[in-house]
Amino acid sequence: MIAPMTGGWDRFLETGRVPLGEWVESIEKFVTTNLSGFFDVIRAIFKGMYDAVDTVFAGPPFWIIILVLVLAGLWVRGWKFALGMLAGLLLVVGVSQWENAMHTLALVIVASVIALIIAVPLGILTARSDTASAIVRPILDFLQTMPAFVYLIPALVLFRVGVVPGIVATIIFALAPGVRFTELGIRGVDREVVEAGQAFGASPGRILRQIQLPLAMPTIMAGVNQVIMLSLSMVVIAGMVGAEGLGTDVVAGLTQLNTGLGVEAGIGVVILAVYLDRMTAALAKPRQRRFPRKRAAAAQETPAPVAA
Amino acid sequence: MSHNFAVEASGLYKIFGKKPREALNKLRAGASREEIAGLGTAAVIDASFDVKPGEIFVVMGLSGSGKSTLIRMLNGLWEPTAGSVRVMGKEIAGIPASKLREIRRESISMVFQHFALLPHRTVLDNAAYALEIQGVPAAERRARAMDILARVGLEGWEQKMPGQLSGGMQQRVGLARALASDTDVLLMDEAFSALDPLIRREMQEQLVDLQRDLGKTIIFITHDLNEAMFLGDRIAVMRDGRIVQVGTPDEILTDPANDYVAQFVHDVDRARVLTAEGVMEAPHAVVQLSAGPRAALRVMRDRQTSTVFVLGPGRTLLGVVRDREVLDLVRAGARDLSPALRETAATVTRDSLLVDLFEPAAESPMPVAVVDDQNRLVGTVPRVTLLAALANVQPVITAENAIIAPATVPVDVITATLRATGDAPESATTSTGGHA
Repeated sequence: MIAPMTGGWDRFLETGRVPLGEWVESIEKFVTTNLSGFFDVIRAIFKGMYDAVDTVFAGPPFWIIILVLVLAGLWVRGWKFALGMLAGLLLVVGVSQWENAMHTLALVIVASVIALIIAVPLGILTARSDTASAIVRPILDFLQTMPAFVYLIPALVLFRVGVVPGIVATIIFALAPGVRFTELGIRGVDREVVEAGQAFGASPGRILRQIQLPLAMPTIMAGVNQVIMLSLSMVVIAGMVGAEGLGTDVVAGLTQLNTGLGVEAGIGVVILAVYLDRMTAALAKPRQRRFPRKRAAAAQETPAPVAA
Repeated sequence: MSHNFAVEASGLYKIFGKKPREALNKLRAGASREEIAGLGTAAVIDASFDVKPGEIFVVMGLSGSGKSTLIRMLNGLWEPTAGSVRVMGKEIAGIPASKLREIRRESISMVFQHFALLPHRTVLDNAAYALEIQGVPAAERRARAMDILARVGLEGWEQKMPGQLSGGMQQRVGLARALASDTDVLLMDEAFSALDPLIRREMQEQLVDLQRDLGKTIIFITHDLNEAMFLGDRIAVMRDGRIVQVGTPDEILTDPANDYVAQFVHDVDRARVLTAEGVMEAPHAVVQLSAGPRAALRVMRDRQTSTVFVLGPGRTLLGVVRDREVLDLVRAGARDLSPALRETAATVTRDSLLVDLFEPAAESPMPVAVVDDQNRLVGTVPRVTLLAALANVQPVITAENAIIAPATVPVDVITATLRATGDAPESATTSTGGHA
């Protein structure tokens, strides 16, 4: 690892060109030769997760999945949304993109869940420590602004062609809002309420569980929503490295200059995006809001607060 | 010895900023708050005070005076830069976090300005929160929380969410949460400042009642002087991080330590703070019932007044007698003063506020009599004293202006009557008692 780097250094002295790319490549070579076992394990785990989720969505007949999704939409948002989604999902089936859409959904879910498993604890850490925040923030900036395609290259080398490099690139790309929103949410919790926990002798863990996380939940859920949306925006790029799904057809449409195919697959992405966005946005709101009618009834029973 | 006080603070400093130690040394060497501004912000400077068990101790100051920082050092939310804090005899400055949490659970709880309730929990669960942290089993903590909620007047609201309650009710939940924890010391940080004036008054009264029932030690922070005067057994006035005076409301009002305090108390409604005991005069025009009519008449002549208070055994106040009736008794040769005795028109207790003295003072020409709980006459408040106290001028009480009810019978008539009927030496039977 050291030798090629010093070699690059010699060439820099000769030509004046910074051999950044060569350094990265030599690190990559070092990692692939020495840590390939580790990456094989990761690959197996991610692949296993993806296959399991994919079986759930792509396995059963389409109408069962549509029924479940629409009923969930009815429960969370109401009949208008459910009706709109029913029409949208049937359209996806109509243009023969159903299987692709389910593969994509599975990829998005797996990538989002893993991204959140990393992002939320990291966000909690950065909310508690200014030092951690100062270190993590520039890294997140870097991850978010680096063109997403660039992640694909090492991901391909480390995880080989297939769905896993797509998942990995998606996770890296979608991680940042999860961390940022969690930090923002926890830092935004009313200081006095946290002080109240402290003043009654609650431990930091209890304050986190009983005060900070519940009160930060709407903001954290907004972060979850963003993570999912960014994941979805990565599916086309994931399609380029062989992750099956809507992205594959978009890429095919592009290479064959087949606008029709591209639009059919693209519509699928849009409909998934609308569904996931509206659902997670609704979940981010306080629980009572989900039952508008019941809540109105409850409000009537409640005596008006008297100015006692 | 440490348990003589519920809370003891001595030499407390809190300096925020990059170089607190350096700033501390300079402050201790006599530098002013402005001089060390480059090193840090001195929020609290050399604060020392003791709070007795069962006392309501008010810390009063304008915003930025350091009172919120001070109260947060008393339960360790802020670590003092220097100094010591003892709660129920235990030092809390510089102890490990776990020990500190233990003391907070057991000894000291807090009520917050903006209530600081958990919005995602019911009123009952909020009230039981401190008990939950203490590890009290669910059934017991619910029962105790219900009990306290009923005490603060929130019966029937247990299952509501805090957001469904008005501000006053939310603060009752905050108060219930702190009371339910059953700690000896209660810190209240501007607890009523966010409430409407009417509700604030009601809460203040309720707090005084609760304190009387439960005997908690309360340290109350406020910027409202009237609130401080109403609640405080003692008041510490803070300015620019320093405690400038500690004293009872009466002391702060009548004897301000410096111009700042004087200016501060300038606008206070004195009638609602000062008590009868604080302004009363020693009773001069008094006579023992057993001394008889002649003695009474003599006091009236010497004091040039038409009425005197009549005392029974143990200085208990029996009533008043008027000059004409006493004169008649003397002329008739009576030995007993009782036939002339009338009921005292105006009596108040020692802790009556001046605002409650206006009516009696207006109704009777006599000074208002101040009695203790055994009906013993402890002082009188002539109208002139009452007015002087309200105007915050030092009343110059002379024989002339103290007399509200001037003699209706000429002095020479009295003297003549005494001479005509009397034989005893004058001084022997006189009982003024005023300087006893």
